[in-house]
Amino acid sequence: METKKVVVIGAGVVGSAIARVLSKYQNLEVFLLEKNIDVGWGSSKANSAVIHPGHEDDPSKYPLRSKLCVRGNRLWHSWAEELDVPVKWPGELMLAFSERDVEKFQYYLDLAEKNGVPDVKIVYSDELRELEPNASPDAIAGLWAPTAGLIAPWDAVLGLVENAVDNGVKLFTETEVEDIVIENGIVKGVQTNRGFFEADIVINAAGLYADIISKKAGIDFDITPRRGEYYLLEEDVQPRVKRIVHQVPTEITKGVFISETVEGNILIGPSAENLPLDAKDDVSTTKKYLDYIWESAKRLLAKMPPKSSVIKTFAGLRAEPPSGRWIIEAYDNPKGFINAAGMRSPALTSSPAIAEYIVNELIKNKLGVKLVEKKDWNPYRKGIKKFKLLDDRKKEELIKENPKFGNVLCMCKEVTEAEIIEAIERMKKIGIKTISLDGIKFRTTSMFGWCQGSFCRVRIARVAANYLGMPEWKIFVKDNKSSYGVGYVKTFFKTSQGDGEV
Amino acid sequence: MMTTKYDSIIIGGGPAGLAAAIKAKELGLNVLLLENRDVLGGIPLQCLHPGFGLHYFKEDLTGTEFIYRFIDKFQKMGIEYFTNAHLTEIENISDTEKRIKVITSKGLQTFTAKTIIYATGARERHLYEIGVTGKRLPGIFTAGEAQTMMDVYGIMPGKEIVIVGSGDVGLIMARRFALEGATVKAVIELMPFPGGLTRNVVQCLDDFGIPLYLSHAVTRVEGDSTVEKVIISEVNERLEIKEGTEKEIKCDTVVVAAGLVPYIKILEKIGVVKDQATRGPIVNEYLETLIPGVFTAGNALVINDLVDHVVEQGELAAFGASEFVKNEGIPTRKWKRVFRGRNVRLLVPHYVSGENDVIIYARVSRPMNKVKVRFPEINKEVRLPVVKPAEMISIKLKKEEIQRAVDRITMEVLSNE
Amino acid sequence: MSNNEKRLMTCIVCPLGCELEVEIDENGNVVAVTGNTCPKGKDYAIQEVTAPKRVVMSVVYVKGSIFPTVSVKTNKPVLKSKIFDVMKEISNITLEAPVEIGQIIIKNVAGTDADIVTTRPAPKK
Repeated sequence: METKKVVVIGAGVVGSAIARVLSKYQNLEVFLLEKNIDVGWGSSKANSAVIHPGHEDDPSKYPLRSKLCVRGNRLWHSWAEELDVPVKWPGELMLAFSERDVEKFQYYLDLAEKNGVPDVKIVYSDELRELEPNASPDAIAGLWAPTAGLIAPWDAVLGLVENAVDNGVKLFTETEVEDIVIENGIVKGVQTNRGFFEADIVINAAGLYADIISKKAGIDFDITPRRGEYYLLEEDVQPRVKRIVHQVPTEITKGVFISETVEGNILIGPSAENLPLDAKDDVSTTKKYLDYIWESAKRLLAKMPPKSSVIKTFAGLRAEPPSGRWIIEAYDNPKGFINAAGMRSPALTSSPAIAEYIVNELIKNKLGVKLVEKKDWNPYRKGIKKFKLLDDRKKEELIKENPKFGNVLCMCKEVTEAEIIEAIERMKKIGIKTISLDGIKFRTTSMFGWCQGSFCRVRIARVAANYLGMPEWKIFVKDNKSSYGVGYVKTFFKTSQGDGEV
Repeated sequence: MMTTKYDSIIIGGGPAGLAAAIKAKELGLNVLLLENRDVLGGIPLQCLHPGFGLHYFKEDLTGTEFIYRFIDKFQKMGIEYFTNAHLTEIENISDTEKRIKVITSKGLQTFTAKTIIYATGARERHLYEIGVTGKRLPGIFTAGEAQTMMDVYGIMPGKEIVIVGSGDVGLIMARRFALEGATVKAVIELMPFPGGLTRNVVQCLDDFGIPLYLSHAVTRVEGDSTVEKVIISEVNERLEIKEGTEKEIKCDTVVVAAGLVPYIKILEKIGVVKDQATRGPIVNEYLETLIPGVFTAGNALVINDLVDHVVEQGELAAFGASEFVKNEGIPTRKWKRVFRGRNVRLLVPHYVSGENDVIIYARVSRPMNKVKVRFPEINKEVRLPVVKPAEMISIKLKKEEIQRAVDRITMEVLSNE
Repeated sequence: MSNNEKRLMTCIVCPLGCELEVEIDENGNVVAVTGNTCPKGKDYAIQEVTAPKRVVMSVVYVKGSIFPTVSVKTNKPVLKSKIFDVMKEISNITLEAPVEIGQIIIKNVAGTDADIVTTRPAPKK
């Protein structure tokens, strides 16, 4: 059996899911390339975290979106369990404020039937209030979709990548694709800043940059960055929501969602704003859209949590393809090149199904590659044990084993020194070269709470620096250009002894 | 798990907690103190500047010198304590029994006590709470984090600094950066007057030629992968942005000194009632919250301007705990509520009895010269040359004066001109 | 008409913050102070005009303690013009733990006649 080399460009949720599915086969050698220092730092990091039921996309307009969303929703049940990714299934409630809204419900009921989404129904008065006690009194009806879920999207990516690497996928971070090498209409590999990767199959899952990658393979389209802004509220705020509550979607957006994240925070957003094609990194928030989100959310609820409970505002970018249709295709020319591009919503939901589709429909059927399953493929991965969530007996045991579990560094989220160190070890294990405070943050939820790191970041930086044997100030925050400090405190009084170092 | 019963457990080893523990021990209580950092001392450990202890010790000490007097005394008295102890839960079993759970490197510990003195200090407000938009970039720090980096861990956060907020914390950080050779590009203040003491405006900004922008707001932080600039705008009297007044200031570091909020999450979980003005608990003259046996002091009670007040409150809470232990509860049956009148933004305590002299701590909403502070129900009047929002007013009411009131006392600050 | 310079300053002796006007003659001597509420204000103005002084506070590196710095100050105010000379001199030194609080670590720093003393101890780790 001939081994095929596959390069997946982009370690977001789509690329990572593809890598995981590819890792099942013994005759594939898989390289997952990521230009950032860590995985999941594009659209996968900042989004609504919703696992959509799949009753909002019209199959005649968006055949792939509607089909793969429902399948993806189902797959996440098993995938989340295998990968130990926090997920919950509170269901989703679309609220109607006028008879016209209620009339639109029929359209979604029809879609639910066409797409095979179970148990979607219209609810009124008592049933509506019982499902969501904090629904606005102005809401006259709701469209209830019980299969909707919520996931920690960055945990999902970490789970996928760790599992894929465990099954033999090779991750290369800080690796930027400069060219797709094609000879006689056949893909030969990719040229990167870290050298040439030979490949029989190249899968473009580069998110916002998928248009640029695709153009290098001669397939031309544009990806518009569509920005969504959000509020994140503290965990203990009252009043709360039980369900994923949202408004009736418009042409442009699914509207503002309010939900309680798997971490227990209240998340409100997004807006939807198309940016210029080159604004692929512009995750700025704006007063205009933040105000709009707050006002929209107010309409949905009987009582809004106070604005003083906001712990963070942020923005994410979604990769919007022309006319909203996902570009998931394999081509005759160049042969071996596959796009998974324009991965707008519901891509997070669909990512497991997208991965399956690419392997089964495109690689096996279209490209005619024979795949042989590994006998020892391991579907399981364990997440970092969250000390906070353990029972007292288990906590006692762990502290006895390793006293670093008894040293709580992040007070808001009760994250211990042992978890910080495990996060670093896990980064190293999947091949991450630049250990960053953000990498630690997304792996442990430290610095994620009320104080946003103002108490604990310096202590975490110190633990990380000691572990890595480097000065605290050199620890990277977000990328390999942003160190935590600029030097030791005397750095501006350079002396004969050098850089004012200790 | 160990179980020991104390008269009082003090949560927090900063100035309020240390003062409370020392006083409680002196009053004969069996005391335990818990601190979540690796050393005792709290925030003053990183306060290199003087101005501490003028009232308490009648000496001008640095924050570090001030707090070490307490740490030394505390340790000489042999008071039991844990560092690196993280409080996870308080359980209010009965009025005279509280159980607390703590994580330490020696394992989980459970302690019970008749009283708790909660002295955990405050949390800093950060950039997203004050309506600043833009990117969440590396190079944004709160003043407290920047201070810990420089003055404890020896790390320089940045080179070109913009400070948001001209309270004493912001001003003092401006000087710290300037002294260590960084360039402080500007201090931005929303209000039309500086938030801190005049002395600090002169010695921290004027001495180093640091510009202060009054009536300005930072609206955005911009940059590619780190902070590159902030956008500021003028604001009008209603603190709204004036269109067309945008200006950018290049910098690599933004330090947010936008005020403090009492950090009392765990108290809220057991149902302690909060005052919307102080954002700390509602308390009586013993600094007991509305949950019997749970006392509070320092910045967890109300944001103080001087550490001397913090220490005073710690000692008062210890006195309260000792009265509580002696009498199996605070014996007072009838309370008089203290209300905020004109130009009083916040005050503590909220309830007084007339059984003790009481110091009222208060802050005004707006600055005024030549004022009289009036308590109309008890015919008391105190004249002050000047009041400012940044400075706490502390006025002692004698118990005979409090007894004159029927069921309420109002405090108001009026012009005397 | 005199050629005397008039300088405005804010008194920082107490929280009142009086706005002072100081009149200075050609030789740099203070001729008059107005705007002060008390005699301390006048003394302050004269000091500020003739030889303004400040206490300097900073940290110095220390090895072998729980934290890598120990806090220090000048034990008396030094001339404002000497502040950065003091800062330069203290940036050159690294102490070894243990260090006591109140320990003199530099005598007559930058020729100011003031000493650098520690304001925090640095016990051995």
